[in-house]
Amino acid sequence: MRSRFDKELDLLNNELIEMASLVEKSIENVTQALIHKDVELAKEVIEADKEIDNMENNIEARCLRLILQQHPVARDLRLISSILKMITDLERIGDQAQDIGEILLTLSKQNFKRDLIYLPKMAEATIKMVKESIDAFVNSDIELANQVIEYDDVVDNLFVTIKDELITLIREDVDFGEQSIDLLMIAKYFERIGDHAQNIAEWVVFSITGEHAGERKIQD
Amino acid sequence: MDKIKIENLNLYYNDFQALKNINMSIQQNKITAFIGPSGCGKSTLLKTLNRMNDLVEGCRITGKVLLDNEDIYGNIDVNMLRKRVGMVFQKPNPFPMSIYDNVAYGPRSHGIRSKRKLDEIVERSLRLGAIWDEVKDNLNKNALQLSGGQQQRICIARALAVNPEVLLMDEPTSALDPISTLKIEEVIQTLKKDYTIVIVTHNMQQATRVSDKTAFFLLGELIEYEDTEILFSTPKDQRTEDYITGRFG
Repeated sequence: MRSRFDKELDLLNNELIEMASLVEKSIENVTQALIHKDVELAKEVIEADKEIDNMENNIEARCLRLILQQHPVARDLRLISSILKMITDLERIGDQAQDIGEILLTLSKQNFKRDLIYLPKMAEATIKMVKESIDAFVNSDIELANQVIEYDDVVDNLFVTIKDELITLIREDVDFGEQSIDLLMIAKYFERIGDHAQNIAEWVVFSITGEHAGERKIQD
Repeated sequence: MDKIKIENLNLYYNDFQALKNINMSIQQNKITAFIGPSGCGKSTLLKTLNRMNDLVEGCRITGKVLLDNEDIYGNIDVNMLRKRVGMVFQKPNPFPMSIYDNVAYGPRSHGIRSKRKLDEIVERSLRLGAIWDEVKDNLNKNALQLSGGQQQRICIARALAVNPEVLLMDEPTSALDPISTLKIEEVIQTLKKDYTIVIVTHNMQQATRVSDKTAFFLLGELIEYEDTEILFSTPKDQRTEDYITGRFG
């Protein structure tokens, strides 16, 4: 009965999935740039953030137009309002990947004093969280969304591990201080990506049930 | 507190069952909205609350409708019932007489003759209907010369003039322009503190703007009855969700 509205909702879903794909790619690329000290790839990630920002603006405009024209209620209102919140988190993830890229512009010129073990694991964990939170949204999968929410503990624990290790390394070699600060900032950005992915999963739960799952992480 | 309790109510128009086992309570000093597709029984149920259905040939009911715990289908004075439970209809229907006489008609028919008293009642009622300032200098004007929105507010004032406890409103704004609609919605919301209001509406945005509780009806049955905000955000029944999201009806 509301075929035009349903088509608009399908378009909205597709745009959200596309934005999430761009964000996942940014995290993947910046991780590769970190591991391989690839300055050019880091620059691509920085540049790509503009497209993510544009997508946020477009999706937001579409949501507001739908609210104006269609007066959504119940599941439609939950869906549109959740998407409005999710794109904010996705856009912030894009910003964090960009911030990591900017650190890499100078960090990549240095030799790493230690092999990177935990940072790639953090990156992998956050990519998994972003991907699965969007999968949960597409499939209305509450169980998967709740798994993503829980999985943020893995990312948080990895951050603590990295921080402890960096403190030990600075004690052993004071010259390691500057590089360790950059690495700690990168770890912090990945930890924030995990928080935003957790937020996305919580909004997925809200869109299905109308209830918020757990506390919201503090916004940047 | 329950102002009206409906218990095991069934209503038949000859062989056709229009209401099926309705059980619900209307809370005092709240606005309750009845929604549902055409033919679902919401206007029929509204009219049982002041026995307007008595005027329909072949209509019979089983079950109870309790107003302050008294069965209105028992041994009561129906005219007094309709004084306590007033009604406003979809199409404004002022009498073909002056604004003053429209509003004074009810009190006069209940025996009030004092001009001073009638003046007080007319002013109070027109103020409650949020139309006093527009008509106070023209109370002798024929009510039929007013705009649709003004006529409807005269009808609300007329209903209020006999001091009802409950006001039934059957799609009171569906024939009106958007500005008149919003004015009447404001009137309804200010009346809530002194009256219990039940409103049938096809306009779901109106239901969300105006009502405290909403009841969804389908094919003569009460499907869901909930706080308005909950019913329109997380309805429990799929039929309710399909209706309010416009997927059927």
